[in-house]
Amino acid sequence: MAFITNIPLFSIVLCLLCSVVSSVLPEKAARRVSLSLCAVIAIGSGTLLWYMIATGTPVTYLMGHYPHPWGNELYFGILEPLLGCLFSLVMALCLLGGKKQLSADLEDGKRHFYYIMCDLVLVALLALTYTNDLFTGYVFIEICTISSCGLLMIRQIGRTTLASIRYMIFSLVGSGLFMLGVILLYAITGHLLMPNLKESIAELWEGGQYRTVLISAMCLITVGLAIKSGLFPFHFWMPDTYGYATPASGGILSGLVSKGYIFFLLRVIFRVFGTSVFYQSGVSHVLYGFGAVGIVVGSISAMREKDVFRMIAYSSAAQIGYIYMGIGLSPHLGVLAAVFHILTHAITKPSLFLAAAQISDAANGTERGAWHGMAHRNRMAGLAFAVSAFSMIGIPLTMGFVSKYRFAVAAFESTRLIVPTLTVLAVSTILNAWYFMRVVIRLYEPPKTDADSAPVHNGASYTVAAIAFLAVNITLGVAAEPLVHLLERSISLL
Amino acid sequence: MKRKNLLERFREWDEDRFDLTAMTAGELHRKEPVKVQKSPIPDRPVERLAEGETRAFRRIFPVLAAVLGVVMITFLLMTVVDLPPFGAADVPSDNEVVRRYVADGMRETGAVNVVAGVILDYRAFDTLGESHVLYTALTAVLILLLSAGEPSAKKDVGSELLHRDGIVTMTASVLVPIVILFGVYIILNGHLGPGGGFSGGAVIGAGLILYAIAFGSSRMERILNLRSFRVICLVALCFYSLSKCYSFFCGANGLHTVFSPGVPGRILSAGLILPLNIAVGTVVACTMYGLYSLFQRGRI
Repeated sequence: MAFITNIPLFSIVLCLLCSVVSSVLPEKAARRVSLSLCAVIAIGSGTLLWYMIATGTPVTYLMGHYPHPWGNELYFGILEPLLGCLFSLVMALCLLGGKKQLSADLEDGKRHFYYIMCDLVLVALLALTYTNDLFTGYVFIEICTISSCGLLMIRQIGRTTLASIRYMIFSLVGSGLFMLGVILLYAITGHLLMPNLKESIAELWEGGQYRTVLISAMCLITVGLAIKSGLFPFHFWMPDTYGYATPASGGILSGLVSKGYIFFLLRVIFRVFGTSVFYQSGVSHVLYGFGAVGIVVGSISAMREKDVFRMIAYSSAAQIGYIYMGIGLSPHLGVLAAVFHILTHAITKPSLFLAAAQISDAANGTERGAWHGMAHRNRMAGLAFAVSAFSMIGIPLTMGFVSKYRFAVAAFESTRLIVPTLTVLAVSTILNAWYFMRVVIRLYEPPKTDADSAPVHNGASYTVAAIAFLAVNITLGVAAEPLVHLLERSISLL
Repeated sequence: MKRKNLLERFREWDEDRFDLTAMTAGELHRKEPVKVQKSPIPDRPVERLAEGETRAFRRIFPVLAAVLGVVMITFLLMTVVDLPPFGAADVPSDNEVVRRYVADGMRETGAVNVVAGVILDYRAFDTLGESHVLYTALTAVLILLLSAGEPSAKKDVGSELLHRDGIVTMTASVLVPIVILFGVYIILNGHLGPGGGFSGGAVIGAGLILYAIAFGSSRMERILNLRSFRVICLVALCFYSLSKCYSFFCGANGLHTVFSPGVPGRILSAGLILPLNIAVGTVVACTMYGLYSLFQRGRI
């Protein structure tokens, strides 16, 4: 076994060590530790990705001396290191871009806790991505739940306190349902490792044994993870959580944490239930339905919001709907579109939150009305907001366009779903354009007085983060073909 | 009557009842209870619609919740009926996994206690995560409750009252050493019999809390303050992560580890299980006491 395949283990242990060491460090050192941790993991995952593309055979990595079904394992193909790289990069960029607001929002003496929580979120995401064991998944879901609440409530104002209580309740219901599902699966198969579970489930499904238990386990696990990632009708925690958290947290929670849960669900579908069982059982139709309704409902809720942060948060509900619609559509092109949209949303949404924070600082208000002509005062943030909004709408040359195109292609895979899928895509694009362009146009209105056009300085760290987000977004939007081929290959390795 | 009170309590979660402009969590208090009365019908049709919507929602919400609850209960009961009977001889979970744990567990891990062998050797990655769950929870509570003010900002009223109580101090001075010793025994005996780091740590934590209640937290602070607390957690968790990383690395790459199972039944046996139990026990004990102290007076 090549030495390079040890990288997932080292990244996970390194994250754990950094999170523990940060507890005795002052704020600045903890911040540096987090940023360098993200950089190291991004480089490591990048190397692993390059190696996995070259070899093309997935690796099962023993965590200890015992193979499945006895011991814990990791399993990775191409998609896992790709996501590991993306997660750590986006987290680093969020920390860079939200620096100014972080120093204002965090209380003195508690700042280093923020970076501990970031390290813990990262380790949970990595473990959820790499694990080959359903119960390990549950353990790291717990870490993810608690640490993402920490990221939210560390900005201690009234609204975030209430928001984190709400988020905690929803999240715990989700974990509880997931746990129930795992228990049911264990009761009928006696396994926790994914390959053995898949084998037993396929056998039970063929023989028609324990059909009710199997279906309810499937429903419980799917619903649990759907609640945690905010699928309609469980999206009511989203606007407060994403809207009032400090912008770096808003970016991390909306861009990364919900994606971690969704990707884990994808792995469970592919590696535990098996696509044939899952798509025969009818659970996929339910996912498709709620996803499609969620897109429209999320967009309409976003239209009604005056507060831009809450508007962006509701738009997240719609984007999560897209991802679930793709998963429900079909196991091939649908999932491909969903995975591409995971990448799109993880790169676009944090950029929107950071830009909105920068603009609202200059405008002294988070409401749309106060943003008149602000793009002339803060050009970088205005540009970042506009381009990211274009990406969310799905205007060509951005990643958003490619993912909407992939959804449309996926729609043609099944004859029954062509019309509803295309209708939902069209309606939601119009709604997205309506509420995002309203803000973008207001941003670029000519300033009323000279004082309104006095430029504001962003600070180097925000500029770097914004440029990085835009560069990735446009590069992958213009030249999406290689990435789509890579994803096609990687989904076959799941 | 009771039912109404419960509903009222639920409604207190409603945003309207809180002063959300509060800039710190400490200022978040309930507004003066607004007398709910039938407001005059608003003039503007939009407002009228919104008012009607809220009322209809409040009326329909309990009904929907009840329906959802009944559906879930039926669904889960149907599942339970379909489950393999509890304790039957041919349940699916009695398979090669359990058989190997029971038959070869002692030889392979060196632990007489099969459970310790499973959680700290076969499935050690889960337990590595689990011990960091505690650390995560503790950090989250620190964010929430650690008060920034000077040490004497919050008085330790409860324990000072108890401190004067002869019965409590007398009982505690007898019990605390026994409780802590018993906890240590559970941890050190974890690989030989029932017990282990989690349960033993919880017992020690209970002993520390009893001591703090009886003799006041200020005396406790001499041995366990935030600084020493952090260092203890740091050492225990780093040792845990690094030693498990070494053992995972060796396992995955087919290398031999320096830790051998030894002779099952001896106190120094079972490779890494004993040191790991000690590390877990320390973290659990510290976390238990830390949570108590934070909830009681906002610092450790």
